[in-house]
Amino acid sequence: MPLDTNHQTRTYKIVGQRPVRPDGVDKVTGRARFGADMTAPGMLWGVMLRSPHAHARIVRIDASRAEALPGVHSVVTRADFPEESGGNDDVLDHCIAGDKALYDGHGIAAVAATSRALARRAAALIAVEYEVLPHVTDVDAAIEPGAPIIRAGLRTSGDPDAADADTNIASRHEFGHGDVDAGFAQADVIVERSFTTGASHQGYIEPHACLATLNSGGQGEIWCCTQGHFAVRNTCAAIMGIEASQLRVTASEIGGGFGGKTTVFLEPVALALSRKSGRPVKMVMDREDVFRASGPTSSSSIDVKIGATKDGRIVAADATLRYQGGAYPGSPVDMGSMSAFACYDMPAVRTVGFDVLCNRPKQAAYRAPGAPMAAFAVESVIDDLARELRIDVLDFRIRNAAKDGTQSSYGPKYDQIGLLPTLEAAKAHPHWTAPLKPGEGRGIACGFWFNFGGETCVSLNINVDGTVGLSVGTPDIGGSRASMCQMAAEELGIPYADIRTIVADTAALGYNDVTDGSRVTFATGLATIEAAREAIGKLCDRAGQLWGIPAEAVEWRDGAAHPAGPNAGRFAPMTLAEIAAKAAETGGPIAGHHEVNADGAGVSFGTHIADVAVDPGTGRTTVTRYTVIQDAGKAVHPAYVEGQFQGGAAQGIGWALNEEYIYDDDGHLLNAGFLDYRIPVASDLPMIDTQILEIPNPGHPYGVRGVGETPIVPPLPTIANAIRDAAGVRMGHAPMSPPRVLAALKGA
Amino acid sequence: MRVALWGSLRPYAGGAAAVELEAGTIRELLAALVTAHPGVAPFLESGIAVSIDGVVYQNSPGQTIPAGAEVYLLPRLRGG
Repeated sequence: MPLDTNHQTRTYKIVGQRPVRPDGVDKVTGRARFGADMTAPGMLWGVMLRSPHAHARIVRIDASRAEALPGVHSVVTRADFPEESGGNDDVLDHCIAGDKALYDGHGIAAVAATSRALARRAAALIAVEYEVLPHVTDVDAAIEPGAPIIRAGLRTSGDPDAADADTNIASRHEFGHGDVDAGFAQADVIVERSFTTGASHQGYIEPHACLATLNSGGQGEIWCCTQGHFAVRNTCAAIMGIEASQLRVTASEIGGGFGGKTTVFLEPVALALSRKSGRPVKMVMDREDVFRASGPTSSSSIDVKIGATKDGRIVAADATLRYQGGAYPGSPVDMGSMSAFACYDMPAVRTVGFDVLCNRPKQAAYRAPGAPMAAFAVESVIDDLARELRIDVLDFRIRNAAKDGTQSSYGPKYDQIGLLPTLEAAKAHPHWTAPLKPGEGRGIACGFWFNFGGETCVSLNINVDGTVGLSVGTPDIGGSRASMCQMAAEELGIPYADIRTIVADTAALGYNDVTDGSRVTFATGLATIEAAREAIGKLCDRAGQLWGIPAEAVEWRDGAAHPAGPNAGRFAPMTLAEIAAKAAETGGPIAGHHEVNADGAGVSFGTHIADVAVDPGTGRTTVTRYTVIQDAGKAVHPAYVEGQFQGGAAQGIGWALNEEYIYDDDGHLLNAGFLDYRIPVASDLPMIDTQILEIPNPGHPYGVRGVGETPIVPPLPTIANAIRDAAGVRMGHAPMSPPRVLAALKGA
Repeated sequence: MRVALWGSLRPYAGGAAAVELEAGTIRELLAALVTAHPGVAPFLESGIAVSIDGVVYQNSPGQTIPAGAEVYLLPRLRGG
């Protein structure tokens, strides 16, 4: 869709308020239905048997003992799936292995039985003969000569000079502009460092769960927790070889996703078990399954070099990024390469990224996928460069910040952007000048994310009592039902409470892209506004009918139809409820509908400030104060915008300090649970302060920008820079866990 | 018009940072690019975005491209 240039600054009545979320009561009283809450008559429980090996050829699977167990209704292996998956080979292989187990926890076979305990017993009876193969889980080790090859025949795409030989490098990506070598030749100071980051998990509290039916006629239904039920439908239909129209998918309430629920892990297997057994099949991951066999983010290895002149101007920057995305191509190294230097105005810049395969689960998206690792490396070097130049780290960023018209490091010139205002707000914020306690340090860093729109379809129905039902196709993760109600209410001019927004199933609406990329408030909001405007047109037409004047002579204000000027006649305003009550007399139901493939989302920038205290005896870092400043465009529901800022910061702090997949020498994941994979809890964090900047996005009628991704980008370097300030050590690995900080302190 | 290429595309389009193409819309631009440089086709098939004067389009093949606009090709954006 072309850019909407109709954005105008206006005074809002409902947008910008903080109403109570419509799904709140059910959630706090335990009545909300999540993925595991659905049951069906005759339902079976499905359980996966998972590989104990990081890399192994599957020689033979014997399920006869499991199948003979009373109460077991079906066992499936990869042989039970069609060979043609409609372009979803990797997605299916990640759900259930083909000829090789590619990571510890890889699904090998699945059982459906009358109870979960029985299914587990049966799964344990499946005999699998493995030929164990050499494995590699480290991104740098995977590209060393002689590294175990994960996929025979893989060649590096995007690199015409790559050797015609087996490799674990799936693709090469390059971005940039200017003469980097000439730029470095002008530099008075150059800082060059290498960094690594661990693989973190999104840490959503609700495990993956689904209930699936698929009958012999090819008709099926899925109830599941997902960020995108239309994508689940299309993927599963393609994998199972059925028509999309025959598979109806309903999204449950969702207990967090953050990108990790943008694909399928259980649903195709549950469908296969159901088809074979003729019964509904429910599958629910336990936390160990979630860690071992869903999609964490990439681990990375990054080299960064930045040069500047004595007066504090960056003249050149170069980075090489290596991300492992598990045993399949598709790590977000391209996004990391594009975003690495996006905050700065650089005359010469180059990033080169390599997508690397390792014996780990296939990575899935995680908030601003690929960007936090790149920011950790780049913003650490930016900080060191400012220190070398003896320039204040905030002033150095202001001096080099990208502005309107700056050629971005990934290519195009920026349109209207808000990085500089976030930096100036940081400089003016009381946090920046507050005194530090002895032993504390302060860090600052910036972050960037692209945002996008995508395919979106909504229906808005005017009920006979004057209330409104709004059907959207984007699962509500961050409070979007409230935001949609607000935008519809704003446009229609009726109270917020008169609108109910539901997430409709795949049979009720046209295709909707996944809830990701910070797109829903922008794109679904845009579609909601347009659907409301369409409904308003019809309401004016109906009022015109009742008044006996043409629709063109009616205008809509304050929730009512009015004659459009003295020539239209003298009629008392007719409210939406009054028009709705007479809908049957004027043509029947009144509805608005809009479908769009939205573009013009507008990029987003943020700046974070952190104070930390580092315990010299243990290496433990405590965050004592944290502030998030971000451009949100128009904040539709400011409390949810603040919540996104705080949530992204909390997740980023967890990644910065503790969260990391840890493998042993045999490629086994050692910390597949929340006891050993430590996400921050409330007592670990200070109150995260937020400041919303509202720089309108010209691509949205209300000026909305996506806000959910950017807040996870700055925390890693913000914490690293604070540790540098507090303890005098530059940490080269995230998470900066106590043992690593302690080692750095001892080496300092 | 001048169409700037991201770094990965350049080796498959003669090595230059930009190519000259005749096109009035994004659809025409991409068709002209593949005709002139068939080696870029796999990149387009795996997903592409087009920035026109700083606004990124990845879903609008019919979008017109004004004369003199800055046009930049990018990989298709993804999110979480």
